[in-house]
Amino acid sequence: MADPIRLTSPLPSPRPDAPGPAAPVRPPPPGADVAFDIRDFSLWYFAHQALDAVTIQIPRQKVTAIIGPSGCGKSTFLRALNRMHELSPGVRIAGEPRLNGENLYAPQIDPTMVRRRIGMVFQKSNPFPTMTIAENVLCGLRLNGVRDRPLLRERLEQSLRMAALWDEVKDHLDRPGTSLSGGQQQRLCIARAIAVRPEVLLLDEPCSALDPIATAKVEELIHELKRDYTIVIVTHNMQQAARVSDRTAFFYLGQLIEYADTRTIFMNPANPQTEAYVSGRFG
Amino acid sequence: MPAAPAAPAAVPSAPPRRWPDVSFRWLALLAAATIVALIFLVGWELYRGAHLAVMKFGVNFLHHSVWDPVADDYGAWPFIFGTLVTSVIALLLAVPLGVGTALYLTEIAPLRIRQPLVMVVEMLAAVPSVIFGLWGVFVLVPWLRDNLFVWLKKWLGFLPLFQGPIYGVSVLAGGIIVAIMILPIITSVSREILRSVPNLQREAAYALGATHWEVIRLAVLSYARRGIFGAAVLGLGRALGETMAITMVIGNRAEVSASLFAPGYTLASVIANEFTEATTDMYLSALFELGLVLLVVTILVNVVAQLMLRSLAGGGTGKVQ
Amino acid sequence: MNPAAAAASALQTAPPGHAWRQLKSRGMGAVMLLCCLLVMAPLFLVLYFLIHEGASAVDWNFFTQLPKPPGELGGGMANAITGSLVLLAMAAAIGVPLGVLGGIYLAEYGSARANYWIRFAADVLNGIPSIVWGMVVYALLVVPFKSFSAYAGGVALGLIMIPLVMRTTEEMLLLVPQGYREAALALGIARWRMITVIVVRTALKGIITGVLVALARVAGETAPLLFTALGNNFWNHNLAEPIAAVPLQIFTYAISPYDDWHRQAWAGALVLLAMILVLNVFVRIISRDRKFN
Repeated sequence: MADPIRLTSPLPSPRPDAPGPAAPVRPPPPGADVAFDIRDFSLWYFAHQALDAVTIQIPRQKVTAIIGPSGCGKSTFLRALNRMHELSPGVRIAGEPRLNGENLYAPQIDPTMVRRRIGMVFQKSNPFPTMTIAENVLCGLRLNGVRDRPLLRERLEQSLRMAALWDEVKDHLDRPGTSLSGGQQQRLCIARAIAVRPEVLLLDEPCSALDPIATAKVEELIHELKRDYTIVIVTHNMQQAARVSDRTAFFYLGQLIEYADTRTIFMNPANPQTEAYVSGRFG
Repeated sequence: MPAAPAAPAAVPSAPPRRWPDVSFRWLALLAAATIVALIFLVGWELYRGAHLAVMKFGVNFLHHSVWDPVADDYGAWPFIFGTLVTSVIALLLAVPLGVGTALYLTEIAPLRIRQPLVMVVEMLAAVPSVIFGLWGVFVLVPWLRDNLFVWLKKWLGFLPLFQGPIYGVSVLAGGIIVAIMILPIITSVSREILRSVPNLQREAAYALGATHWEVIRLAVLSYARRGIFGAAVLGLGRALGETMAITMVIGNRAEVSASLFAPGYTLASVIANEFTEATTDMYLSALFELGLVLLVVTILVNVVAQLMLRSLAGGGTGKVQ
Repeated sequence: MNPAAAAASALQTAPPGHAWRQLKSRGMGAVMLLCCLLVMAPLFLVLYFLIHEGASAVDWNFFTQLPKPPGELGGGMANAITGSLVLLAMAAAIGVPLGVLGGIYLAEYGSARANYWIRFAADVLNGIPSIVWGMVVYALLVVPFKSFSAYAGGVALGLIMIPLVMRTTEEMLLLVPQGYREAALALGIARWRMITVIVVRTALKGIITGVLVALARVAGETAPLLFTALGNNFWNHNLAEPIAAVPLQIFTYAISPYDDWHRQAWAGALVLLAMILVLNVFVRIISRDRKFN
C-alpha cells in the first residue's frame, strides 16, 4: 500500500464508481457527485414540527456546513440523516431522504445498516469508558465480525493516523479511552467513527467543548478527511463553517433558508435573513 | 404637639434570643447521632448476650457442626452453611433476573408501560416476608416438590446437589423464596444504575451501527457493571438476614448436606425458632452469638455495597449549600 | 448497471453475520421480557392465592372476635389488628421524631463530612436484619423488666423506622428551594423558626409520605416481634404485657397443623397485604405532585 492513509476497504465498498447510462428509475436522477438527495423532508416531535419541507442536495466528498441559531432544526436534520432521532420518542417524518439514490427510510432498510454507513461524531466526546483506546477504535469493526488480527491492527493505526492521534497515543493504546484530554477524546471518537469506513461522516458541533488549539486540530482533520468522506458538520460557530466547509446551508425555524457555496453564503447571501445571521445581527 | 420622631421607629422587637436556636440545633444533632449510637448499641447488646458462649467456645463456635441444646454443646457451622447456600442460590437466581428486568424496564419496554411495571416491582417489595412464607409453605413448596424437584432429580440427579429424598421443604426452596424477596431491591437499584448511564454512550454505539442488544452490551452494561455488582452485594446483605419466609420453607434441620433437596437451617431462622425456647443461659448465649455472627457479616456486606454504590454516585445526596 | 441500483444493493446487502446479529438482538430482548414477567409473577401469584384462600374467611367475625382455641371453628383477629395498630403507634412515636429531627440535622446543619458518616450509618443500619433488632430489644427491655411487652415490640419497630424516616426527610428537605430559606432569614426569622415553619412545612407532604412508607414497611415485620411483643390470644389490657400483632398471628397459624387456622392465616395475610398495598398506592397518589412551585 503506497499511501497508508488512502483507504481500500475490505468491506464491500458501495461507491458507484462507474456511472453507467442514466436510467432514471426515480424522479431525480442522482448525479454521481451527489451523496444525499433530500426533497421535502419534514419531521415532527409529537405535535411540534422541527423540520419543514427541507430540500437539499449534499455533494459527495465535500464538507457541507449547517448553520443557524439554536433550535433551528440543524441538529435534528443531522440526526435524521442516519436515523438517530428514532431513539427519541414521538418522532414522525415525511419525505424520502436518499443516499446514493436510495431511500434511507424504506421499510426493508435496517437502521443499523444506515448507521453503519453513515458515521457520527457527537458534540461531547463519548469514548466507552470501560474500553481501551484500541478497543474504542476497533469496536465497530469487532461488532461487524472482523476477527482478523493483522487487519484490525492495520485499521487501528490507519484510523488513528487519519484522526491525527496516532503519534500521541501509539505508546499507550491499552490505556482507557477516557484517560485522554478532551480534544484527544474527540479525535478518538472520530477515529472510532472512521474505522468502520462509513461513506459519510456526520459531525454534530464536534468542537463546541474543545479549546482553540484542539479545535484547530479537528478542523485540520476535517480538511484531510474530505478526500475520502462526505462530511456534514453542524456548527454554532460561523467562522468555523467558513473555514472548513465547501457548501453551507442556513437553517432557521426548521426551514432551509439558503444553501450555496460557502463563499457565497458569507460574502454575498441572497436572503436577508441569512445576511442578518452571518453578519451577527441575530441568533 | 410632639414632633414626629426623627428616625422611623424600629418595629418593636425583643432582643434576639439565642437559646432556642442553639437548643434546636443540639436536638437535631442528638437525633442524628442516635443513628451512629444505635450501631454501637446493637453490637454491644449482642456481644453482651453472647459473652458466655464466646468465652466457652471461642473461635471453634464458627466451624463446630454440633448443635445440641440437651448437652449444652453449640456450634454455628450448620447455620452458617445454610445461610451461605441459600444466599448463593438466591443471588444466582435473582441477579440475572433482576438485571434482565432492569434492562427491560430502562432499555426496551415501551415508555407507556414502564411506570406501571416499576410500580409492580415496588409493590412486590412491599409484600411482608411472612406472607411470602405463608405462600411458600402452602403453594410454592408443594409445587416444587411435585414438579421442579422431580424434574431436577430426573435430569440432573447425577450431581450430588440433586440427590437424596425430596421433602419439599429444603435448602433449595429456601433459596428460591429468598430470591423472590431480594428481586425487588436488585431490580430497583440496577434500574437506578442503568438510568444513570449517559445517553451519549448509547448514541455512540448506535452511531457505529450496533444493534439494540449490542448497544446494551457495549454502552450500557459495561458502563454499569460496577454499580450492578453493588446492587448484587446489597441483595446479598438482604438475603443473609432474611428470616420469616425462609424459616417457613427451609425445613429447620441443623445439618450439613450436599443435597439441595435436604432440609437446612439458617442463622436467622434458628434464632427465630429457638430464641423463646432457650432454657439455659448457655443456650440463649449461643443464640446471641449466632445473632452476632449474622450482624457482623451483614454489616460488612452492607458497608461494601454502600461503598461501591457511593463511589459511583459521588457521595450520595449532597447537601445543597 | 446504474448507480441507483448499485447503491440500493449497498444499503440492503448486509455484511455477513448481520442477520445473526439482528436475530440475537431480538432474542435477547425476548429474554429480558421473560425476566420481567418472571419477576412480576410472584406478586400476582401471591395476590391470587391470598384472595382465593383467604377471602372466604374475611368476614365480620374476623374483625370483631378473638381467636378460637384449636378445634373450634371461626374466631377472628380483632386483638391482633388492634395490637398491630397499637404497635405501629408506638413505633411512630419513637421513629418519627428521631427520624425527622435527624433528617433536619442532615439537611440543614451538618457538615459534609459528618453527614457522609451519618448517612452511611443510616444506610448500614437499614441493612441490619430485623431479627437482630428483636434480640437487641429483648436484651434491653424484656430481660430487665422480666416480661415480653407491647412496649418492647413498639420500640423494636420504632428503631427500624428511624433510618428510613431520616433518609426520606433529608431528601424532601433538600428539595425545598434555597430561596425559601434565604427569604425567611432575610425577614429576620430565627433559624430554627425558619426550618420548622418554612422548610419543614413546605416539605411536609413529602415527609408524611416517607413516614407512611416506613409504617407500611414495619407493619409487615414479624421477626422483631417474635421475642418482644410475643403475641397474645386475648386482649391486651396492659402495655407492659405481651400483645398480639397480625404478622405474628399469621406466622403462628401458618405453622400450626389446623386447617381452620390456615384459613385464618390466609385471611390475615390478605387483610395485612391489602392494608400495606393501599397505603403504598395512597402514598403514590399524594406524592405525585411533590414539586414545589
